[in-house]
Amino acid sequence: MPNLRIDGISVSAPEGTTILDAAKSADIPIPTLCHHPKLTPYGGCRLCIVDVKGINRPVTSCTTPVTEGMEVSTTNPEIEKLRSTILELLLSDHPNDCMICEKAGDCTLQELAYFYGIRENRFEGERRQYTEKDDNPFIRRNMEKCILCSKCVRICDEIQGVGAIDLTYRGFNAKVSPPFGKDLNCEFCGQCVAVCPTGALTGKMWVTKGRQKDIREVDTVCPYCGCGCSLTLHIRRNRVIRVSSKENTINEGWLCSKGRFGFSFINSPERLKTPLIKEKGKFREASWDEAFDLIVSKLKKIRKKHGPDSIGGLASARCTNEENYLFQKFIRAAVGTNNVDHCARL
Amino acid sequence: MKHDLIIKICMGTGGIASGGLDVMHAFRNQLGKKSIKADIKKHCSMHKVGCRGLCAKDVLVDIILNNVKTTYQFIKPYMVERIIEEHFINGNPVLEWVVSEDYHQFHDNQIKVVLSDCGIIDPEEIEAYINAGGYDALRQVMLTMSPGETIETIKKSGLRGRGGAGFPTGLKWEFCSKETSAQKYIICNADEGDPGAFMDRSVIEGNPHAVIEGMIIGAYSIGADNGYVYIRAEYPLAVERLRKALQQARKHKFLGKKILGKEFNFDIKVKLGAGAFVCGEETALIASIEGYRGMPKAKPPFPVYKGLWSKPTVINNVETLANIPYILRNGAEWYASFGTEKSKGTKVFALTGKIRNSGLIEVPMGIPLREIIYDIGGGIENDMAFKAVQTGGPSGGCIPAKLLDIKVDYESLASVGSIVGSGGMVVLDENDCMVNITKFFLQFTQSESCGKCTPCRIGTKRLLEILERISSGNGRDGDIKLLEDLSHDIKATSLCGLGQTAPNPILSTIKYFRDEYEAHIKEKKCPAGVCKDLLSYIILDQFCKGCGACKRVCPAGAISGERKAVHKIDTQTCVKCGACIESCKFKAIRKG
Ligand SMILES: Cc1cc2nc3c(=O)[nH]c(=O)nc-3n(C[C@H](O)[C@H](O)[C@H](O)COP(=O)(O)O)c2cc1C
Repeated sequence: MPNLRIDGISVSAPEGTTILDAAKSADIPIPTLCHHPKLTPYGGCRLCIVDVKGINRPVTSCTTPVTEGMEVSTTNPEIEKLRSTILELLLSDHPNDCMICEKAGDCTLQELAYFYGIRENRFEGERRQYTEKDDNPFIRRNMEKCILCSKCVRICDEIQGVGAIDLTYRGFNAKVSPPFGKDLNCEFCGQCVAVCPTGALTGKMWVTKGRQKDIREVDTVCPYCGCGCSLTLHIRRNRVIRVSSKENTINEGWLCSKGRFGFSFINSPERLKTPLIKEKGKFREASWDEAFDLIVSKLKKIRKKHGPDSIGGLASARCTNEENYLFQKFIRAAVGTNNVDHCARL
Repeated sequence: MKHDLIIKICMGTGGIASGGLDVMHAFRNQLGKKSIKADIKKHCSMHKVGCRGLCAKDVLVDIILNNVKTTYQFIKPYMVERIIEEHFINGNPVLEWVVSEDYHQFHDNQIKVVLSDCGIIDPEEIEAYINAGGYDALRQVMLTMSPGETIETIKKSGLRGRGGAGFPTGLKWEFCSKETSAQKYIICNADEGDPGAFMDRSVIEGNPHAVIEGMIIGAYSIGADNGYVYIRAEYPLAVERLRKALQQARKHKFLGKKILGKEFNFDIKVKLGAGAFVCGEETALIASIEGYRGMPKAKPPFPVYKGLWSKPTVINNVETLANIPYILRNGAEWYASFGTEKSKGTKVFALTGKIRNSGLIEVPMGIPLREIIYDIGGGIENDMAFKAVQTGGPSGGCIPAKLLDIKVDYESLASVGSIVGSGGMVVLDENDCMVNITKFFLQFTQSESCGKCTPCRIGTKRLLEILERISSGNGRDGDIKLLEDLSHDIKATSLCGLGQTAPNPILSTIKYFRDEYEAHIKEKKCPAGVCKDLLSYIILDQFCKGCGACKRVCPAGAISGERKAVHKIDTQTCVKCGACIESCKFKAIRKG
């Protein structure tokens, strides 16, 4: 395990660890916009540059593995000046509209601009101008705010295995885009939205519903399937306005389109909130006790007349493991039949 | 069979563009006529040859009649009949079409290794290469030398990579040979994206087998069984000749299974690039072969350890590889006898710009720049004053007239802020504006940046914008400093060689031509008279005869004046095209 010194602090890290990760383990912060711990190191934004003794130019800490005896300096006037220039360049090609940006307060670029105190910009010049299009209900792409960190491209390729987007064009005009500049046409898992460090990718249903600072977080489990992904509901004024997932969960923070975008049913006027009993071809609302009594009496009647094997139980994939366990127990022990199944095998 | 009459027609891209094919057809037609004696027909053979360097005098035709060689220049189909009549039949060369002294001067001052067979052998015939000693080196290596001995020879020759960085080739091979892997690759980098460079293209068009032989020897040395030539699709002739050569080499069992009867299998695939400059960068090139967007990756890991499909891979430039057979045939000492202490051997340059003999040249490393410009290049076109030479393309810099005696090798050029690079050499004269030239290179690097890293993607754009405002008369105080500061930061932080070197043209022109920048910014003047926005055209009263010639050619209707009276240019309407100056017989119009 190589031993090295970062800003004078002794650190040892397993072979193959990057300087960035080694520094993180020692609680030494290094700014970055393009790094994501689960994605292939990229080295694109260049903010995580550090000085390594014996190497005559700064190296990106996200791509450089530690070596025995390495001496790293993560901050000094020259490095900070270079980082500041990089931020200035990024901001010179960024719409100055934090006031109305969904991401304000939760934006890594804004955060860095604040810490580096970048207000004047020596490099005022042309900005990329794009019209928003994308006729889908989920993902809003504002490519003028894109800093080309490529996290969205990598997550789509490496984690999701979809490859719906890639970099297109060259130079200043380089742009993340679906094939041939068409509208996004993918699974809409929204993983790209989750990793975007700026306001370039946001959820359409979040727009003006509330920024990050306005929300209360509630952790829960996704009700859609048996995977049981952990969700974090973002709640403002007692309404769910957004859903995310944390990295240290069973699903490592990844979600599918249902978990991430399928929350509008919560406040839907059509949502069933009480049991319904059908009488003379029409449903009427009932209490749980009344409904259970009805079920019990009917099941008993059927079992008496036709035997327990005349009854079968089919459980929903949206139930949790525990609920499904109880259900099969009920069918087997209480009803007395093995006719029990579950729809998630389909 | 011995031929008494050999016709060789220059059929590189330059030769073909000048009408080489038509000249060949003309020879074929004329010689096919009934009136030509069967005797001549029987003893005559005609060959295509690659570029011999002096493209400026195409179509060049060699006639070798009974072992006496005569070279003709600027040949057009209509001339063929007379050549056959007077030269072939009567034995008297048509002297007025024979090349002049400068043709010989151009060649006599060069030392040709890589280009030694270019322009002499038929690149589409493997026999021509074999008759000239081709594939002898491969035989010698495979039958008498171990991979280790081969690498040792290349190390001793001092050969350094000709793709730009100048990394010692033997060392690169050694690193890769020491890797244990069931699969290794050798890649020939024929991307050649620098504007104005045509060395690699000419080598492949003129002698593809030398590159192939070099690759096979490299593969044998490092233990690779697969190779790729990454070549841009914009080089159709080179691709065609390369593919033909590969087929011939397979037929002769230099490629394939059990090469020369040994337990050594190797074959080469051709991968066409779509013409992105950045795809010449080795990690981007690998990504491109793998089917990804051609974008560089951080090094380490270097390709010799983890290259194509994550396997140990040697990437070498075309010229580097084409040197290999000649080094092995003639010995490491022979090769190392050319050049300087640290830069051995010869280097091919593409000499272009305001030079009399523009073309492809090969010179020993360390040759004084002056010799290239004046002895080989024949001096500046139209006897203008030499101003600077730009070397190394968009990654390089400008060397001003006062440094004309500098030696051309890796170390010397680096010491004055330029580079040998891949070998582009653009000669500039007093009519070239350094701000404008620099702008050209920045336009190139900006549009060829892959966009991956911030400093290159946005930084070069900002550099270009500053240059644009300077050349349009909107330069501000402090712009030179801003250019220098941003250049420094881009060089320090860019991911790959493209961004790291993109500011070089700016820094070197500021270093040597700061006064020109200042004239643009402070006086709003372009001293060379190039930057249109800073020019105005005026008619000098004392010289104007009122002939009206300028008025007639002006496309904008900006000139007025009665006949025989002094004319005037309305500067508001003038589009600064310069047509009036050319039309004036009395030198009465001045721009400034
Ligand atoms: C932007 C960029 C473009 C390059 N283009 C080429 C090229 O067209 N041909 C080439 O041989 N090397 C090119 N190189 C250099 C290659 O990365 C690599 O160093 C070279 O192919 C190694 O071969 P050598 O050791 O024989 O020179 C380029 C490098 C950069 C940074």
